[in-house]
Amino acid sequence: MSAILPPSERLWWKTPISSQEWAWIGIAFVWAMIMFVMMVYWHINGKQNLSNEVYKTTTEMFTAKTEAFVKENTIRTETEQNIPVVKPNANGEAFLLARLWAWYPILELEAGKTYKIHLSAVDYNHGFSLQPTNINIQVIPGYEHVVKMTPTKAGTYAIVCNEYCGIGHHTMLGRIYVK
Amino acid sequence: MATTYRTCPRTGLQFDLDADKLMRWNAVAGVLWLLVGGITALLVILTRWPAIKLLPADQFYLILTAHGIDMLILWILFFEMAVLYFASSTLLRCRIATPKVAWLGFWLMVVGGIMTNVAIFQGSSSVMFTSYVPMQAAPHFYLGIILVAVGALLGTGVFFGTLVVAKKDKTYTGSLPLVTFGAMTAAIIAVFTIASGAAILIPTFAWSMGWIKEIDAQLYRMVWWALGHSSQQVNVAAHVSIWYLVAAVAFGAKPLSEKVSRFAFLLYILFLQLASAHHLLSDPGMSAEWKVLNTSYFMYFAVLASMIHGFTVPGAIEAAQRKKGFNNGLFEWLRKAPWGNPVFSGMFISLVGFGFIGGISGVVLGTEQINMLMHNTFYVPGHFHATVVVGTTLAFMSITYLLVPTLFKREMIFPKLCQIQPYLYGLSMIVLSLVMMGAGTLGVSRRHWDMAFSGAPFQYEWPGAAYLMMGLTGIFGVIAVVGGALWILLVVGSLLFGKKLDGGATHDKPVPIPDQSAAAAASHTGSEEHVKVPGTVVLAITLLTCFVLYYFVNWKYLSEVWGLS
Repeated sequence: MSAILPPSERLWWKTPISSQEWAWIGIAFVWAMIMFVMMVYWHINGKQNLSNEVYKTTTEMFTAKTEAFVKENTIRTETEQNIPVVKPNANGEAFLLARLWAWYPILELEAGKTYKIHLSAVDYNHGFSLQPTNINIQVIPGYEHVVKMTPTKAGTYAIVCNEYCGIGHHTMLGRIYVK
Repeated sequence: MATTYRTCPRTGLQFDLDADKLMRWNAVAGVLWLLVGGITALLVILTRWPAIKLLPADQFYLILTAHGIDMLILWILFFEMAVLYFASSTLLRCRIATPKVAWLGFWLMVVGGIMTNVAIFQGSSSVMFTSYVPMQAAPHFYLGIILVAVGALLGTGVFFGTLVVAKKDKTYTGSLPLVTFGAMTAAIIAVFTIASGAAILIPTFAWSMGWIKEIDAQLYRMVWWALGHSSQQVNVAAHVSIWYLVAAVAFGAKPLSEKVSRFAFLLYILFLQLASAHHLLSDPGMSAEWKVLNTSYFMYFAVLASMIHGFTVPGAIEAAQRKKGFNNGLFEWLRKAPWGNPVFSGMFISLVGFGFIGGISGVVLGTEQINMLMHNTFYVPGHFHATVVVGTTLAFMSITYLLVPTLFKREMIFPKLCQIQPYLYGLSMIVLSLVMMGAGTLGVSRRHWDMAFSGAPFQYEWPGAAYLMMGLTGIFGVIAVVGGALWILLVVGSLLFGKKLDGGATHDKPVPIPDQSAAAAASHTGSEEHVKVPGTVVLAITLLTCFVLYYFVNWKYLSEVWGLS
């Protein structure tokens, strides 16, 4: 029955399992089931679930949609690069485009309102990392992910890119205002 | 074909000389890659340490790509080939099947490894270990990995062939020994892993040559992670086998129940390969149902398996120690364990670190919704440095203290330093993992050159605690690198300058295991009596308590972020 040599008792599968081992297997099994059910439970009763609403898209298609959204809803521009600050309708739709190396545009949202934010990348993979609240979502080219977000607190939030996207990765910082 | 066997006079282990040489070359190649991986580790650490920030951005990403490839693929795969040959040919005391094929596999891996490293260091392939499309590396980056995979597949085939040889030559009776059984699960998962790797890297290679126009970015991630995460499950199966091996060699320990331990390994085969999902939980392309089912390895059955091993390995040691009379209190068996023997101390730190830090953090990180708190943050490398480094690498290091005398026939030099090394390396790596996870919990990104975002259109200031965690990452990272370098120095120094030991008599047929050897003593002890293992029960309950608390604390964190639906 040693681990490095063949079991000397050939019928090892007939050896009974001790009660303490059964007990641990039982506890571990119950814990596994609790963890499994917890994810399902959160889908029913939790307030933080990642949306399943996804569409295939292309660089051209998503860029066009984002431009249309920006044109219609821009309220001002900021920084030397004149990045548009865009305020979607309360409980409305918004577009956020990830590209080398920027999040476009800046969004201005209201706390307590729910927005359908369309997320996509037009070149490489990018990572939507909203700070300091700390929500992290993968953004993949070719996929338009419609995430419903409800900001809880007013403030200035940063969108850090946390998927490596080349040499300028660390300059890829976006912004969301919550009023 | 003539086969020559050598019986090691110190352990009673018997080596087919072909397998002997293959193991030595594979292990040495692994150590050399670990050296390259270790140098890159130091450069990565010194760049992410905010106070130092050594390398410019382009070099940092280049070095980080090399670090991932050289550690996760090359160091571990070469060493695993040695482990597979050991678990088959040596433990079953038979000739190794088709040594020429094994050599072909070895050289393919060598050529492939060098090819990929050339691509990386030429600067055209800083695409990270994961090489997500549509970011493109040079064609020979992918081709090198494909060659390594083919080589590893040949080695795995030789392992299965050797099991057949042993069965045919009747070198053992009854069932495979548990360690060989565990290695076999590793090999089976490896076949799945390598097939997945071929399924994604061959088309990606074709794409880099311009033969294919496009590869879907989401599809790539899904199939690539069937290689990327499953290969870590190969490591888990391999290092759990090594835990059982060390328990047997150092204590003459028997598993509490063969049936339970084997069943747990079987669960690995059935469910571990679902782990691709762990990297896609915050991706758009998969449905919530798919994520829930897969990330839990189908209702956590593979986690259950690891929890079982986490109980039976220390349980086996406790049972063996209690039989020897260390019966006082809950923990005399543990206090009186050979803490000065690096084979044991390394293995035990690997077990505890993997279970408490790597295991718990992995399950929490791999919970569908909680993943959004940590996806792509520094938490992720924090987690896998506790699993792959503390778990796998430290287990490999500890077994090497046994292999140098028995396989390489050299005495370890500087035994005092050998005693210290597992503590230095293991403990600093545990702290490193913890502070990395701390930084990740605060949101700090992985694979990110500058947490000050210099050159960005806006500013974002991380909390002071994040800078503190990154500073500690730097300090403990450097200590861990020193611990790893010490191991390489001790091993290479022993191979070159260690006192030569008697290799033992050679025979042209396998001979019975000598009675007085450690291996033989381990094989014949005791009956089926069940020794109570109260100390292990306490350890297991402690693990579960930490697990439950940490798990629900993270649900609490999640409930505080913005609403998402």
